[in-house]
Amino acid sequence: MEPKPRFLTILDSISAVLFVVALGMVFFYAPTERVMGAVQRVFYFHVATAWVGMLGFMAAGVAGVAYLRSSDRKWDTVSLAAVEISLVFFFITIIMGSIWARPAWGTWWTWEPRLTTATIVELVYAAYLMLRQGIEDPDRRARFGAVYTILGFISVPVTFLSIRLYRTIHPTVFGVSSPEAEGEFSMTPSMLQTLIFSVLTFSVIFSSLLWHRIRLGRLAEKVEQLRLKIAH
Amino acid sequence: MSQGMRVVAGETRAAQAGAGSFLRALLAVVWKDLAAELRSRELISAMLVFALLVILIFNFALELDPRTRRTVSSGVLWVTFAFAGTLGLNRSMAIEKDRGCLDGLLLAPVDRSAIYFGKAIGNLVFMLMVEAIVLPVYTVLYSVNLFQPGLILVILLGSIGYTAIGTLLASMAVHTRTRDILLPILLFPVAIPVLIASVKASAGFLEAIPLEEIMPWLNLIIAYDVIFIAVAYMVFDFIVEE
Amino acid sequence: MSEISSQNSHVIDVRKLVKRFGLKTVLRGLDFQVQPGEFVALLGPNGAGKTTFLRILASLSRPSLGEVRIAGYRLPAQAAAVRRRLGVVSHLPLLYGDLTAEENLRFYARMYGVPERTERVAEVLELVGLAYRGRDLVRTYSRGMQQRLAIGRAVLHDPEVVLFDEPHTGLDQDACNMLDGVLREVAARGRTVVMTSHDLARAADLASRFDVLSRGVIAASLPRAEIDTRDLLAFYRQAAEGVMVA
Repeated sequence: MEPKPRFLTILDSISAVLFVVALGMVFFYAPTERVMGAVQRVFYFHVATAWVGMLGFMAAGVAGVAYLRSSDRKWDTVSLAAVEISLVFFFITIIMGSIWARPAWGTWWTWEPRLTTATIVELVYAAYLMLRQGIEDPDRRARFGAVYTILGFISVPVTFLSIRLYRTIHPTVFGVSSPEAEGEFSMTPSMLQTLIFSVLTFSVIFSSLLWHRIRLGRLAEKVEQLRLKIAH
Repeated sequence: MSQGMRVVAGETRAAQAGAGSFLRALLAVVWKDLAAELRSRELISAMLVFALLVILIFNFALELDPRTRRTVSSGVLWVTFAFAGTLGLNRSMAIEKDRGCLDGLLLAPVDRSAIYFGKAIGNLVFMLMVEAIVLPVYTVLYSVNLFQPGLILVILLGSIGYTAIGTLLASMAVHTRTRDILLPILLFPVAIPVLIASVKASAGFLEAIPLEEIMPWLNLIIAYDVIFIAVAYMVFDFIVEE
Repeated sequence: MSEISSQNSHVIDVRKLVKRFGLKTVLRGLDFQVQPGEFVALLGPNGAGKTTFLRILASLSRPSLGEVRIAGYRLPAQAAAVRRRLGVVSHLPLLYGDLTAEENLRFYARMYGVPERTERVAEVLELVGLAYRGRDLVRTYSRGMQQRLAIGRAVLHDPEVVLFDEPHTGLDQDACNMLDGVLREVAARGRTVVMTSHDLARAADLASRFDVLSRGVIAASLPRAEIDTRDLLAFYRQAAEGVMVA
């Protein structure tokens, strides 16, 4: 078994430290928002996980293109790893969005364009995992997976556009022109710093998790190889 | 040496014949699907009966009284088309898979995209045929006039996008263990934009909303059609070539 | 110079072919050459990779490594040129049940760009002995008739090379005999034929050369002249087991 790379151990430690610092900034450095109060603090991690998750889905699509061009199975491992982690990040985003929506818009769930798009994106990539599960031949699984990550990623902006168009033409149930307006606030410099730091933190955490997941994929492959060797 | 020349000559000839053989193969695939379907009528009749059943269920689920009808008709129609559509897409690819015909198509010296476009056009024709029967039936049952040029344009454009992406995903789903269940799961999340846009544009024409308010939706459908036909054209090779 | 001429004399030329499915290696550096007009029976135990190999020759599956040339054209780079010169019969008929035999053949004739379609379709139906049922739906055909029609479909565009993958699967004695007649007819026209089979007796009657595929390579190859039909079974066992011991 290959030893855990040293830099990965360092990255793990950096992620942990950054996370603690980010948490500290969210609770103690950033000021309490005047209208919404303490619950607004959920916003920093909410935006950070959403951003990084979206980049992860994009990375999966790019790795999909790389796989189709090269037929190198390492890109398939990267693609799958990115999708799995981004799915979890997006799930966190949606949960935090709900926590924020409750006091801000008076409801746990609203068909706000970004929230709705996020949910559809989760469904796209859940379908991706189901597709992979249904295919036995590893090469075909990788090819179909790559195609679907590309389709999925292209559909995201179109979906967002269609849902936003849907909302702007129809007045919302909240009696304001845009549901976002209710949750709007102006950011102070310390708020902005906290947000940027959170995005950075989650990017590092994402990279660390991605690396772990790719290593896991490689090890699983090795186990499979050894098993085949024994079978022969 | 002589072999190199032979290869080059072969390629040039192939390039010249390219456009002609592309169209010939595409039309052959469409003709084959239509001829088989006209004989068996399995696909159309299944789609049609299913579509009528969906409308029937909506009738009771939504209490389609005259006032609601105006606002929900386009939604009911598109849900019906989408469900009936997946039925047809699944079946049309299963026919290719069952007797190994997909291999037969792939063995032919034709561009793979000719096979894709042939299948997609065949599927589109089936979907339009079902829609052509559902529309008058719905008109009679609920006395909502659906025969408006605008609405028919929306149905045509929306169906093009839906079958373009649907044919691509059906050709993936057919290779999986869970093929019948998987198609809608793969298709619906990706097809949401074209379905939303089609519902809104259809509703716009039914409620006689000014054209400039419908235009964004029509543009969205056209953009979706163009984007996904182009992507399908680019990736179809990777789905069928092992 | 000698390299080119040796390639030209082989209608099928496979060198160091490797095929992997994920981590599993099915073909391990297989070499295989066929002269024009030969009828090669490809024998081997189940799971030896016969079907995989035939699918690669048929341009349906890509080689992982190695070189595959058919009629001088490389696979997969020049697949279209190869496909034009290749007919394939698999154990599935590759026919549409809801079309008649004639319609099936006419469809494939269009796909291959066959000139004078109507005449050619009639000719092929005659060849496989189905002219009298040409207007019936393929769905109503027996398994043996479907298989004969499948052969007709494969030779419609007059290919140089014909590949048969277990053509006798699922046929009764009579159907097999009729099929053999058609196979001989196809081979007699100077075509090169490669046929996989696990039925030694049938293969012995038809082929001019016997190759044994075992553990991902051609383990043995013998021309018909050097072999007595009665010895074929012994030869086959020896070849298949010889590699397993090694």
